[in-house]
Parts: sequence; C-alpha cells; structure tokens
Amino acid sequence: MAVSAATAADATAGTGEHAPRARRGGRRRTALTFWGFVGPFLIGLLVFTIIPVGWSAYLSFFDATNTVSPTPEDFVGFGNYTAMLTDPAFQDSLVTFTVFAAFIVPVTFAFSLGLALMLNRVRFMRAFFRSVFFLPFACSYVVAALVWKMSIFNGVRYGLANTVLDLFGVDEIAWLFRPDPPWFWLVIVSLRLWIQVGFYMILFIAALQQIPQHLYEAAYVDGAKPGRQTFWHITLPQLRATSVAVLMLILIAAYQAFDEFLLLVGTMPSARPPLVYLYQTSLGMQQELGTGSAGALILALLIAIVTLLQGKFLGFGNSEDR
Amino acid sequence: MVAFKRNNSSQQTFAKLAMNRRRMLALGGLAAGAGALSACGGNTGRGSGDGVNLSQWYHQYGEAGTQQAAEKYAAAYKDATVTINWIPGDYDTALSSGLLAEKEGDYPDVFEGHLNRAMVESEQIIPLDDILADVLDDYTPDDLARNTIDGKIYGVRMIDDPQFLYYRPSLLEAKGITPPATFDELMAAAAELTTGDVKGLFLGNDDSATKLFQPIVFSAGETLLTDANEIGFTKETVLAGAMQVKELHDSSSLLVGAPTEAWDPSSIIQNLCAIQWCGLWALPQIIEAHGDDINVIPVPGFNGGTPTVFNGGWDTFVNAKSANIDEAKAFVKWLWIDNEEFILDWNLSYGFHIPPRLSMRGSAEQLQSGPAAEAVRISEEYGWAENPNWTPKMETAVDDMMNHIVLEGADPDAEFDAAAATIQGELDSIFG
Repeated sequence: MAVSAATAADATAGTGEHAPRARRGGRRRTALTFWGFVGPFLIGLLVFTIIPVGWSAYLSFFDATNTVSPTPEDFVGFGNYTAMLTDPAFQDSLVTFTVFAAFIVPVTFAFSLGLALMLNRVRFMRAFFRSVFFLPFACSYVVAALVWKMSIFNGVRYGLANTVLDLFGVDEIAWLFRPDPPWFWLVIVSLRLWIQVGFYMILFIAALQQIPQHLYEAAYVDGAKPGRQTFWHITLPQLRATSVAVLMLILIAAYQAFDEFLLLVGTMPSARPPLVYLYQTSLGMQQELGTGSAGALILALLIAIVTLLQGKFLGFGNSEDR
Repeated sequence: MVAFKRNNSSQQTFAKLAMNRRRMLALGGLAAGAGALSACGGNTGRGSGDGVNLSQWYHQYGEAGTQQAAEKYAAAYKDATVTINWIPGDYDTALSSGLLAEKEGDYPDVFEGHLNRAMVESEQIIPLDDILADVLDDYTPDDLARNTIDGKIYGVRMIDDPQFLYYRPSLLEAKGITPPATFDELMAAAAELTTGDVKGLFLGNDDSATKLFQPIVFSAGETLLTDANEIGFTKETVLAGAMQVKELHDSSSLLVGAPTEAWDPSSIIQNLCAIQWCGLWALPQIIEAHGDDINVIPVPGFNGGTPTVFNGGWDTFVNAKSANIDEAKAFVKWLWIDNEEFILDWNLSYGFHIPPRLSMRGSAEQLQSGPAAEAVRISEEYGWAENPNWTPKMETAVDDMMNHIVLEGADPDAEFDAAAATIQGELDSIFG
C-alpha cells in the first residue's frame, strides 16, 4: 500500500512547479494510509499484548500475591524464577508438553500433507471435500472438548467409543482421568488433529498449486515415475517454505495447548502442560501473579529459542537462495 | 446441582479448575466461557436506597430459582440499591480479578467465597466481628473457625453443605450387604455391587483420589495443621490410607469418566453407580428420582479410624475496597445474620443446605426426617471443616501426591516427603 502511494507521488514529481507540494501531499497521504491501516492493529497489540507482557515482566520480580501493583518491599529479585525453575510440577509440565509436541507435531504435519496431496488429486467435488476437512477448524476447542469428553469418550457404557467397543465384546474404558494406560492421549490427540489438520491442509494445498507443472513434466521426460519419486524429489522440496512455516505454527500451537487439557484432564499431574500449570498458579484462588509471570516469561523464552533454532536448522525465510 | 462445594478453606486451584469445568459442563460450555469473560451481566434488585449502590456477587448455583431468590432478597433491601452479579463459569477467577479492580462497580462490595489467609494478608476483606458479636454462640465452632484468621472473623456463614456417600438400599439388600462401616467394607461392597451396567462406587472423575486425602487425615483423628500451625498429620497415617485408596482404584468397581462430576447427582440418578459421593444439596433431586430408595452414610473410616463427613458450604465477605463498607456490612447483617425468612428460604427452598444459625435449625422441617435428618446427624457427629491457613499451594502439593501414588504408582515415601517439604516451605514463609 505504502509503496504504490509512493510511486504515485513519484509519478507526479516530474510535472513542473507543483511537484514539491504534490510530493509533500503524497507523503502525508502515504503516512496517513500507513497509520490508518497499521494503527488499529498496533494499538491492539500494544494494549493487549505488549503492555501486559511488560507488566508481567515487572510482576515477575515481585511477590505479587493477590495484587497487580506490588509495593517495593515485595521485591524478590530473581526469586520467582528460581522458584519456578526448581518447581517439580513446572518441570513435569514441560516434560508433558515435550511428549505431546514430539507426537502432535509430526502427526499433524503428516496428516495435513497427506490430506492435501489426496485432495489435490481429487477430480470431483473438490470444494466440498476441502470444506469438509476445513470446517472443524471453525469449531472452538471448548465445544469440541465437551463433545469429545461427554459424548464420544465418556467412560460409561453408553459413550460412543465404548458402545463401539462393546460390539466387539470389549469392556468399557475410562478414556480420561487415568494415566495408566494413558488413553487420554488418544482423546487429546484425536481432538487436536480433528480441529487443526484442515487448516494446515489448506496451506499445503495452496503451496501444492504453486508448484509449476513443467517440473513434473520434465521429470517424466527424464524417466521419473509418478508417485514416490516425484514426491521426494519435486513435491517435498518445492513445499519447503510452507513446510517450515507449518511446522513452526504447529509447534507454537502445541506450546499454547490449554483449552482441551484443562477441560479433558484438568487435574491430572501427568497431563498438565505449562499453560495449565501457570493458570493454576497465577489465577483463581492462588493468585500468585509474580511466580506465574516468571513462569510465563520462561515459557515465552523457551518458545522463542526453539522457534529460532527450528528456523535456523530448517532454513525458514531463505528458501529463495536454494 | 450447586457448584461443587469442596471448599477446603483454601480452595485449592485444582478444585477450582475442576469447578470451572464442572460449571462449564452444567452450562453447556460456550456460554460459560462468555460468562466468565463478562462476569458482569447485572440484574438489579431495585431498592429505594438513598443513592448507595452495592454490588453483590454469587457463583452460579445450579438449582432452579436460586438466582431469582437472590434478586428477590436484594430488591427487598431498603437501605441501598443492591445489584446482583450472578457469575457462571469460573467463579474463583472472576472473583479474584474482581477483587483487584479499583473502580466502584467493577468490584463486588459483598461477595460469597471461602476464606484463605492470602485474602487477609493482601487486605482484600475486612473483619466482621462487630456485626457477628451478638450471635457468636449461635454458630457451630467449625463455622466460626473456618472464618477466623488471627482471632478476627471475616466471613458470615450462608449455608452448610455436608458431603457424604449416597447409596441405594435396595441394591445393597439384593446382595445381602449392610451399609459399609469401614473403608475395607466399602471396597468389598463396591466390588460386590459392580455389575455389567452399574459400577459400585462413584467418587468423581478426576478427583476420586485427591478428595480422599483429608478424610484419611481426619479419620485418624489428625488434622491438616495444628493450632501452632505445624503439619498436623503423620506419614504413617497418610501412606496407609493412600494405599487403601490405591487398592480401590486398582479394582474395577469405581465409576470413572461419568458425564458429570460428583457434585452432580446424575450418576446415581441414572443408575450408573450404586453408591455416590455427593452433598446434601442434591437430596431433593435424588429423592425425586429414587423416592424412598436412597440413604446416606459418612465416608467410612480408614484403618480403624472414625467415619468422616466434610462440612462444606459458602460464606459471605465484605470487600475492603468498597466505597460503602458500612452499608455493605449492614446489608450482610440484614440478609445473612438476621433475616430468618430469607436464610431459611435460601437453605431449604431449592437444594437442601443446613442453616448455619443454630437457632434456626429447629424451623428446618425439611431436614427433620428421612435421609435429610440422617445427613444432618452424621454431619454433626463426624463433620470436619476446612482450615483457612491451609493454602491452595499446600492442597496442590497433597493432591499431586495422591495422584502420583494412587494413579501412577509412584514411590509413596518420596511423594509424601516432597509434599511435606512444600507444605513446610509454605508454613515457613507465612508463619516463620
């Protein structure tokens, strides 16, 4: 937007004595357009993200129980950080998350790519299939979690999953609330896949359609066979930029896992991701906003580091020079 | 269907989260999310006050008619205009942020909740000794103790809600079982009563292990914290009890994964279980479903200990930030101390609760026969109350310990030591 406005201003620049004024007017218009578009987002970002993050950083150095404006004598230095880092429950929550991410990231990636490849080949009712798989993305985690919990995976005999098992003579299973065997992972993972896969699938479909057809044709001329060969040597490398972005998005989404965990397995320590633990620490009755803020910043730092590393190793943003 | 009244003085975060979820279920999810966000859809009970406005916060009670009743009481008050905030969803979180608010109208002047020491230390509430002075001997010592910190009383008891086990006498008789008196008998009965369609016992979905910690302690005649604020329970007691709880969980006689939590009587109403942990509030609903075929017993004693009943309930407080503290106190006194008609209405007309004012209990006809009378009796005989010095962090520590031992088979010794260390750390930081 800014660029095209600037070009328009340049175009008028060579037309004689009015040029300077026109240029000034153009610049002002450019600036106005720029702030008109960016301003509202910036204000939102400032009010709902940057100020709270800053405040949270401030709180993290205080014993801020039941208050968001601690007094100087509440200052505890890095006490909250050491408390959080040595808290076994917080450590456990990081382990829980790691297990979850190690599973959900590759599986979501594989499922969405697989679906995209299949849909890309479908010759009829394409729009229908695309919508069908994308629709769950519009569903809130809360609603889906309640459906999963109360209807599909409830532990009583008339739950959907248990009814199906009953047909095969299998006893009912308490899907949630019991860590051994950890069936709750099945519930959580299936829910997340159901909601997320469609979205990443759309990203992949868009990327697939960008791959120039002549690459495949050239490969066929050279004797390549459709299928695995072209997939590994043409499709996948061409999807690199999208794949890296998708991997990052999936990983960040995994870090942010909260709703379904809280709703499905809220109190089970073996299935408590960091955000649920921080919620328990800093909100509700406990109200330890200082330690909670410290934990949140530790988590933010972790996400940033992992994302940077991932970007570095997978080469996010430098796909052009390859 | 009242929100789960597992009000250990320091309502621990887990319970709170569970409550959050439970209330959400009751609401059907989305509405709860929106409700927790808004937390302010006010309905005004118009009084003809002289310009004084009071905001009164309730959590969402599940029984039909409760909200209308609260509005009716507010409208009947003549000395101020009282606005009711009826808060669905996560009440504790909404309340906590409400108590941080600085602007009149954003915070409650009067609110219900459960006392914990942090509220006093952060000066969120004020002592109510003066309005209670004349009626102190009309409350049970437990109801005063749970509202007292360092000798000052901060909360006025609104309702007493004992929690115990409901059972179906016909199902027990069919198997020739007498109501279990010990935890071993309870396990045996649960196993015996479990059939293809009905599980023997329902304690809750995610808190079936954690909620038994305090019964184990009180059953042995021990306590959470001593009067000198030291740890009041022994490793021997806790581990012996925890192992029994583990044995129960390893059996297949527990109902797990019921659509509703144990605060809701649906499981026993729908014949999903023969025995269920629930509270007095649910009795009218259960009687409607099962008629005479229902009775109550305390939670049986562990390892030769006595039976126990957790006496939960709700208290009302005055916000220290209120611009109208005196008016708020006058309103609390009018409604929850003096107003026999409304107190009895609130305690008996919707779900059942025991009126906290001892002198009013005689008028509670609904509680004088059948299972209700038995519930009152066991509550008086075996009941214990929460301790406001027991912090949410302490509760989290013992809950994690119970879950680790019972559900995950972790080393009990190490788990106990870890929990005890966390609790001691809390005690040192508060009293040390």
